[in-house]
Amino acid sequence: MSTTTAGAPPAAVPPAARVETPFRRFVSEFAASRLALFGLVLFCIIVLVAVLAPWIAPQNPYDLAQLDIMDGRLEPGSVGGSGITYWLGTDDQGRDMLSGIMYGLRISLTVGAGSAILACLVGASLGMLAAYAGGRTDSLIMRLVDLQLSFPAILAALMILAFLGKGILNVVIALVVVEWAYYARTVRGSALVERRREYIEAAQCLALPTHRIIFRHLLPNCLPPLIVVGTMQVARAIALEATLSFLGLGVPITEPSLGLLIANGYEYMLSGKYWISFYPGIALLVTIVSINLVGDQLRDVLNPRLKK
Amino acid sequence: MSAVLEAPRAAAQGSVPIIELRGVSKRFSNPLDFAGRLVKRLGVKVREDVVHAVDGVDLSVRKGEVVGLVGESGCGKSTLGRMVAGIMPPSDGQVVWRGQDLTKLSGADAKRAKLRTQMIFQDPYASLNPRLKVAEIVGEAPQYHGLVPRGGLEAYVDDQLRRAGLDPSLKRRYPHQFSGGQRQRIGIARALAVQPDFLVCDEAVAALDVSIQAQILNLFMKLRRELDLTYLFISHDLGVVEHLSDRVVIMYLGRVVEEAPSEEVFARPNHPYTRALLAEVPRIEARKRVFAGVQGEIPSPLNPPSGCHFHPRCPFAFDRCRAERPALKQVAPGHRSACHLNDAA
Repeated sequence: MSTTTAGAPPAAVPPAARVETPFRRFVSEFAASRLALFGLVLFCIIVLVAVLAPWIAPQNPYDLAQLDIMDGRLEPGSVGGSGITYWLGTDDQGRDMLSGIMYGLRISLTVGAGSAILACLVGASLGMLAAYAGGRTDSLIMRLVDLQLSFPAILAALMILAFLGKGILNVVIALVVVEWAYYARTVRGSALVERRREYIEAAQCLALPTHRIIFRHLLPNCLPPLIVVGTMQVARAIALEATLSFLGLGVPITEPSLGLLIANGYEYMLSGKYWISFYPGIALLVTIVSINLVGDQLRDVLNPRLKK
Repeated sequence: MSAVLEAPRAAAQGSVPIIELRGVSKRFSNPLDFAGRLVKRLGVKVREDVVHAVDGVDLSVRKGEVVGLVGESGCGKSTLGRMVAGIMPPSDGQVVWRGQDLTKLSGADAKRAKLRTQMIFQDPYASLNPRLKVAEIVGEAPQYHGLVPRGGLEAYVDDQLRRAGLDPSLKRRYPHQFSGGQRQRIGIARALAVQPDFLVCDEAVAALDVSIQAQILNLFMKLRRELDLTYLFISHDLGVVEHLSDRVVIMYLGRVVEEAPSEEVFARPNHPYTRALLAEVPRIEARKRVFAGVQGEIPSPLNPPSGCHFHPRCPFAFDRCRAERPALKQVAPGHRSACHLNDAA
């Protein structure tokens, strides 16, 4: 009744029409780029292969009983002593490269995603705290960020691993330590903008507690840049892990990641046995490129300033 | 001083001020950084930038009153509104809510006081959280504070929306799916959902189309009758304020320059600044006239003029205006003005 007198016509949004939620608009804008869609599909395939590796890989490369040292350094397409075909050849231990790559992807993706998520949790919390608390807390956290970012990531990670020793968990810790600063800086930047907006004042006026304002009102509005940084950092973490493993400070040699596979084949590169390094390298490249394609498009879609 | 002046009048009308500001100031400063402190220690004269957004304001609002707060942009009226609403603590002075100092209240009392005073914001686009649905925006606080019984939230939110003139069937939508006027209604529903008795409206209609402005203003007046609300109505639009207010307070550069019942201000403005403002209200019958404008720019609050803040732009300024800050003095019953000309006359 009061609606008619008030004259706020619901006609602005016809009830029959399909409601355009922000999510639907986001999906259609994301799909506008064929290249990004291709990257997403590629990335999904890679994740699927990594997850299903124990069931689809021809061989379990971690099971030493299945390896035959006599099959070492076979060319792609050759048939081994036990009758299986090594489509991508074998390395010097007689490991099937295809299986090695599938299992290596598992490790690379786990380390990449795990460290990105942990770094995001740490970085976003600290960044949010810096933006909301301000003053000394803000200065302290941001100087720490500056210190972190002024240090070459690979050098910092090498030092941490030299101190902690090898191991997947230690690699993740090292990556979190070198990456949290990116998230902290990103979140602080957008939180500083968002917290000046009137809906935050309205929430304060409604006497809602601070933690609720931060997590329910402030954080969700700072997510878009965080998602973009997160995607890019997954790719960076994978590359960094590969580098560390290549340098011999990453994962243990019994459970090789892509970087370690590349390192294993490195010494045979010049003797014509290219495949030991080459195929893991291709897998690493495709993974990182697909993630970056998705990340680029996410950045374009989620940043209103880049909209045409 | 104002308390002394205020007391007999409040007693005469038999109502305690719902909110009273006593010598309230708000300063914003940009603290010196490390380099600044270092050179200062070495004897170089560096000064912190301090903005006196609000400078020693006394103001009281009685129950059931609509007080209009008028001033140019940048004169501190929004800051004053935020201090009244309890979002911003004052740097100096007291904000007294029903006889209790708002900054000294704690825990449950502070929460209750805060909820009883709500704010309607200027920008209907920035004042609603874009990630929450309307039902969540309106229902969050009443649910959190336990103002509605379990299971009764849906019906309660519907009531709030209906009262603000919105169709409850739209409550599953997001703010961006509404027009400016509708969003402002959502903001009103959100404020009313915590059962306040005092609303601070900070330029609440300035961002809306003129036709929508009238609708929202009528809604405010309807709600005032229905819910016995008190308003502090902040605006730069004298027409709006004249239409709504019982009493008008004029601010200039952080200070109150004149305060009087609404008809009194428009009929017999006392302060030169008020007179200048009123002379420039566009009216239909005066379409051909030339607008003179108040001379000069509003001075920087970083470096305000000495004495009376208005003296550089005042056509009647004399020596005393440059040296001494004029006090608010009664010029007629209920009419106070801060101008040295009143003493000279």
